[in-house]
Amino acid sequence: MLRYTGWGGLFYLELQMSLILLFVGVVLVNNFVLARFLGICPFLGVSKQTETALGMGFAVVFVMTVASVVTWVIHQAILEPFDIEYLQTIAFILVIAALVQLVEIVMQKVSPLLYQALGIYLPLITTNCAVLGVAILNIQKQQSFLETLFFGFGASVGFTLALVLFSGLRERLALADVPKAFSGTAIALITAGLLSLAFMGFSGLVK
Amino acid sequence: MIEAVLTLGGIGLLASLGLGLAAKKFAVEQNPLIERVEQTLPGVNCGACGWAGCSAYGRAVVEEGAPVNACIPGGQETTRLIAEIMGVEASLAESYIAVLLCKGGKDEARSKFEYQGVHDCKAAVIIAGGNKGCTYGCLGLGTCERVCPFGAIRMDANGLPVVDTEKCTGCGICVDSCPKEVLLLAPRGMKVHVRCHSHDKGGKVKKLCSVGCIGCGACVRICPYDALSLDDGLAVMDYTRCRQCGLCVDQCPTQNITSLIQGQPKSHIDPGQCTGHAACEAVCPVDAISGEPGKTHTVDEDRCVGCRICCSVCPVHAITMVNEG
Repeated sequence: MLRYTGWGGLFYLELQMSLILLFVGVVLVNNFVLARFLGICPFLGVSKQTETALGMGFAVVFVMTVASVVTWVIHQAILEPFDIEYLQTIAFILVIAALVQLVEIVMQKVSPLLYQALGIYLPLITTNCAVLGVAILNIQKQQSFLETLFFGFGASVGFTLALVLFSGLRERLALADVPKAFSGTAIALITAGLLSLAFMGFSGLVK
Repeated sequence: MIEAVLTLGGIGLLASLGLGLAAKKFAVEQNPLIERVEQTLPGVNCGACGWAGCSAYGRAVVEEGAPVNACIPGGQETTRLIAEIMGVEASLAESYIAVLLCKGGKDEARSKFEYQGVHDCKAAVIIAGGNKGCTYGCLGLGTCERVCPFGAIRMDANGLPVVDTEKCTGCGICVDSCPKEVLLLAPRGMKVHVRCHSHDKGGKVKKLCSVGCIGCGACVRICPYDALSLDDGLAVMDYTRCRQCGLCVDQCPTQNITSLIQGQPKSHIDPGQCTGHAACEAVCPVDAISGEPGKTHTVDEDRCVGCRICCSVCPVHAITMVNEG
């Protein structure tokens, strides 16, 4: 168990199985999308094609991981010592918004096609409850720096996994003979529910 | 208190510095023309041009050579400006305005039932096609008024939308949003309209609405320019042929055809030039011209409807249109 022993403890590396288990737990058992039901908006909005889904996943991995770490540092170093924890929400959103803007700027230059494909869903990562959710959960669970890092990274990998799996399902759904009353979002939501049900099979994998 | 200000201010400052640096380093070259074209556009993002908003159209004009006259709300002024920026010749597109093909408001049309649902035509139409007896008629709940980006539509007391021809730019959003498809885009300047959309038989129309088109064909017969035709019990106007003479307006038994013409000019025969050819007398649909063969003819101003057919047939061009009063 990694102990937080002041600022020096931040860099006291002792990788334990517990971190690996934490990672696996948040990817499979407590998947942010399929078990915690956060981040449904891009989950439904970007999952029509696997390439776009993968691109979105990478953007979310970057934002979630860096946001988790930066918000943890801000909470530990500034908010808690100065007794201004009530600023948690707004300070976190500020950080997330800046990170998303950074991703947008870089993506527009590096991959304009992906930028166009993601469209409005890229800036919507700012308001994605999954990103703010992981930042707040880290504080609520009183995790250490490394735990925060693995948790944030794991949450985003779990999100990407769910998104890519779902996009594969939807690509096939587009070719299937769906009854008219169910076509579109209706069958997508039902499928998402079934995928969520499938992931319940992982419960108990990590205590 | 001060810690809060410093914290948020500090984070904000750091973030903006970082983003500023990133923006410089990862700057994307954009043709300056695109921004200039975008500035000439109304910025309403209505999509009438066929592109996804004003920014998309601006980019399309500069990078893909999109036509400079596609912005309908911007109209001729915008076309001219874009053509100037792009250095091309501007060809002005035809201007249209929205016309309502229904005259049956609360006073004229019967209802099937009392509707107490969401005050929106799109919601009302789900329930047995709306509460109006006539299945083709306007439901009068104001969906068009709400979607118009220019505020050109107002619902009147009778429950029908009124289009302000000054504000209407012909973008077509109301036409697309009407669930009864009772709005139509007609060329601007057209003043005579058949205000009905019902293909029901005359008897049924009469029961449901006092001003509906019963498909009698009187207007078709009277029209000297063949602008009207009957399509399955409904009179349809061909705007390319209509010359705003207004003869059909008087003929319509239910007074459905509406004319926006004000102050109809009347024909006047110049006695000095008239040779008594009498071609005008022969063509006049309302028998307003009279005179003996070979002698000067005169126009009965009370009967004249200003259709201008006499003007076009006079071999000596003795007939002109003068305004009343």
